[in-house]
Amino acid sequence: MSSADLRDLYQQVIMDHNKKPRNFREMEDANHLAHGNNPLCGDTLVVFLKLDGDTIADVSFQGSGCAISVASASLMTESLKGKTLPEAEHIYQQMHKQLTGEEFDHSALGKLEVLGGVKEFPTRVKCATLSWHTMHAAMDSDHDISITTE
Amino acid sequence: MLDIESIRHDFPILDQQVNDYPLVYLDNAASSQKPRQVIDAVSQYYLEYNSNIHRGVHRLSQLATDAYEGARVKVRDFIHAQSEQEIIFVRGATEAINLVAQSFVRPMLQAGDEILISHMEHHANIVPWQMLCEQTGAILKIIPMTDLGELDLSSFDDLLNDKTKILAVGHVSNALGTINPIKGMIDKAHAKSIPVLIDGAQAVPHMEIDVQDLDCDFYVFSGHKMFAPTGTGVLFGKKELLEAMPPWQGGGDMILSVSFEKTQYNELPYKFEAGTPNIAGAIGLGVAIDYMLSIGMANIAAYEHDLLVAATEKVTAMGGVKIIGTAKEKASVLSFMIDGVHPHDVGTIFDQQGIAIRTGHHCAQPVMQYFGIPATARASFAFYNTMEEVDALVLGIKKVQELFA
Repeated sequence: MSSADLRDLYQQVIMDHNKKPRNFREMEDANHLAHGNNPLCGDTLVVFLKLDGDTIADVSFQGSGCAISVASASLMTESLKGKTLPEAEHIYQQMHKQLTGEEFDHSALGKLEVLGGVKEFPTRVKCATLSWHTMHAAMDSDHDISITTE
Repeated sequence: MLDIESIRHDFPILDQQVNDYPLVYLDNAASSQKPRQVIDAVSQYYLEYNSNIHRGVHRLSQLATDAYEGARVKVRDFIHAQSEQEIIFVRGATEAINLVAQSFVRPMLQAGDEILISHMEHHANIVPWQMLCEQTGAILKIIPMTDLGELDLSSFDDLLNDKTKILAVGHVSNALGTINPIKGMIDKAHAKSIPVLIDGAQAVPHMEIDVQDLDCDFYVFSGHKMFAPTGTGVLFGKKELLEAMPPWQGGGDMILSVSFEKTQYNELPYKFEAGTPNIAGAIGLGVAIDYMLSIGMANIAAYEHDLLVAATEKVTAMGGVKIIGTAKEKASVLSFMIDGVHPHDVGTIFDQQGIAIRTGHHCAQPVMQYFGIPATARASFAFYNTMEEVDALVLGIKKVQELFA
């Protein structure tokens, strides 16, 4: 039986971001946005991006979900603000590798490494990835699109 | 009084550690565990007399046929049906509802006709009817619900009208535990000549069912929620209705004779059992019935009621926890929300303490929409659960509250 520790999953930083999510707001002047939805657990969120050229001038989100889902989205917005699209793409890829247990570029993730504990809880990995997939869809599209993961 | 220690001894799966804690299995509304007697009966079939049923003239086929048909008689007696011809073996309650929708209701539907269900149905008692509405232009009507999670029957008389072609309602809500007043509802529907299907998937494991007393036209349930193998289930239908219905699926076993010009269908119940059925599963279902009857349905109901009352009182006393579904009449289901904590986090933290509960929408999304929540955490009890496990549930909630404080 697994002996993964709950403290690895529910780290202080994650609990803090769940309780007080950063950049949790609608962005009226967003020029990219996407809706994410996991029908299996009912998590839904919207990711708003304001791109200035290829720089993410602002990023925010709204929605509801579990602690992992909310914290992941909140940490994501903090990490992406001010990044260029290629930088954001790199972080997205490294995040994906971290959650699937592959080698990744630690310097790219920094604080986002607190989400690494999720990979010990396979049923919860989707909770952490929903916001990232949604952000990725928003990056690629200049109109409102919806993505579904499960 | 039940001899819980001896009962638990019959369920070997319960005696294990999960994440270094003793397993506390409180996910019985999703699927119950199987007693050794059921597992042994399934093994015995495969070890000693595995063979196809009906028409075989050899010894093993006769044994298999006798056991399979014997299980049908057990089901007949278990739900107090008049005849074993009224007992159709299916894959589960879902298949039974689809069968009735397509074979009984569809031929008599015209655009604008109405199908009446309730707000607290499982998706299995919603989607087959929606599909039927798409196919025929019929309209799905919904009996509303109250904040307690009871059916709001104030408009029931109006909902039953000339256009209503069937009333399909759950006996017990899987998400809330509510026991619906189906007998009175059946009487009212029948007063207007409207046939009634009862989804009994959540009722059959917990209480005695008498389909003749209820006078329902169809009663459906799944084996795996009543201590029998998965992939088993029963459609009870009144004989005269089943006889008038066309077969649902064609194939072997459901025919008397086949030629390219004309096929003559078999009699009941075989008309609705095309192909080789789940023989081992049906035999296991019969043994599960024997097992429940050996404890006694009244004893099961009384004991589970004690567990539910204790759990409800203890959880209510904790503070910071809201019970979803507080109907006066409930089966042993406790859906709850812990303030500020998403049910999926609750599920993971419980699992780390060896407690198995279900978190999510419980295949009843309209119920979640009614209460304005994405999901609940749900503990559901069976007769092998104990008061100590009720305490484990309370401790589990405390642990969540500490972690999220």
